[in-house]
Amino acid sequence: MTPPSRRDGDEPAPESHDGPAPAAEPAAEPAVEAVAEARNRRIAIRSGIAVGGATAAYGVSFGALAVAAGLSVWQTSFLSLVMFSGGSQFALIGVLAAGGLAAGPAAIASATLLGTRNALYGMRTAPIVGGGWARRLAAAWLTIDESTAVALAQPTPASSRVGFWVTGLCVFVGWNITTLIGALIGDALGDTRAYGLDAAAAAAFVGLLWPRLKRRQAVTVAVAAAVVAAMLTPALMPGLPVLAAALVAVLVGYFNWFGGRGGRGAGSRERMTR
Amino acid sequence: MTLWQIIIAASIAGVMVKMLGYLVPPAMLSRPTPARIADLLTVALLAALIAVQTLGSGQQIVLDARVPAVIVAAGLFALRVPFIIVVIAAAGVAALIRALA
Repeated sequence: MTPPSRRDGDEPAPESHDGPAPAAEPAAEPAVEAVAEARNRRIAIRSGIAVGGATAAYGVSFGALAVAAGLSVWQTSFLSLVMFSGGSQFALIGVLAAGGLAAGPAAIASATLLGTRNALYGMRTAPIVGGGWARRLAAAWLTIDESTAVALAQPTPASSRVGFWVTGLCVFVGWNITTLIGALIGDALGDTRAYGLDAAAAAAFVGLLWPRLKRRQAVTVAVAAAVVAAMLTPALMPGLPVLAAALVAVLVGYFNWFGGRGGRGAGSRERMTR
Repeated sequence: MTLWQIIIAASIAGVMVKMLGYLVPPAMLSRPTPARIADLLTVALLAALIAVQTLGSGQQIVLDARVPAVIVAAGLFALRVPFIIVVIAAAGVAALIRALA
């Protein structure tokens, strides 16, 4: 869960009596550690900035697609500022695009269910970010795939904390700026179907799903969910087929069908790869 | 519901779910079954959204320019092409097919 902590140099007793220069050891340790820690911190900052830049590029697609789904520029930016979770935002506008305002409750439910993984991330990042309720609220807000992944990839508690905050803030700033740009572009385009933006929305979902299809269980669930959603589309109101497909995950996950052995360990590692 | 109400309600729900992770005792959600369901929930919802977004038109199933566009997108993601380029390529394929039709 928490990254392995650094060697604290509090047990040099066994080696101190047979070393040729016992006096040099304790003095050198902290200096070496400080250099290593500074290096860890630099690496964490660098990966946070890189991930932030890469994610910000999705923002343009989201902004344009949100406007295509009928949202105003303000409403689009509000989602990126407050909801701030790419998958959920795409889900909300996807269901609204298909079903209009009548599909509102289903759109809210889809977006919220897609955001439940953030609660799992929060449990892993909570011990990393530090105390104080204002800080924890800010941390919760910034808890997404990317900030969690970078934080958990760092070797020490201090660099994990730096990685979490730098990634969260970089993604937040980049995502909001590019969402606004995308929304303004979408607004200027007009007839979005002629530009293939409806296909672009589907392609965006493919991109979000792709890194999660590493295990047989996930692939099986994906195929079954897609079939269920397509088959129920003529029968149910827009939005509901997507929610019905979520039951596939609950069933397969509860009974661990197609899971094989040791699925949990592999699953938690895979979840962090994006 | 107005569009603004939908957007605000969904945003509040999203933030509350995030805060849940900082409030519940870690032992609860980290048990294998809830964790596995949450993982698969993401997969199922995204796959269902792909199906509906590619084939749905209101309550009808339609095969149109979106299908080849999504197939192209899947191929490009398999080749590790960056997200934004794939999304633009998919839009381009659909737009081209519609312009020619």
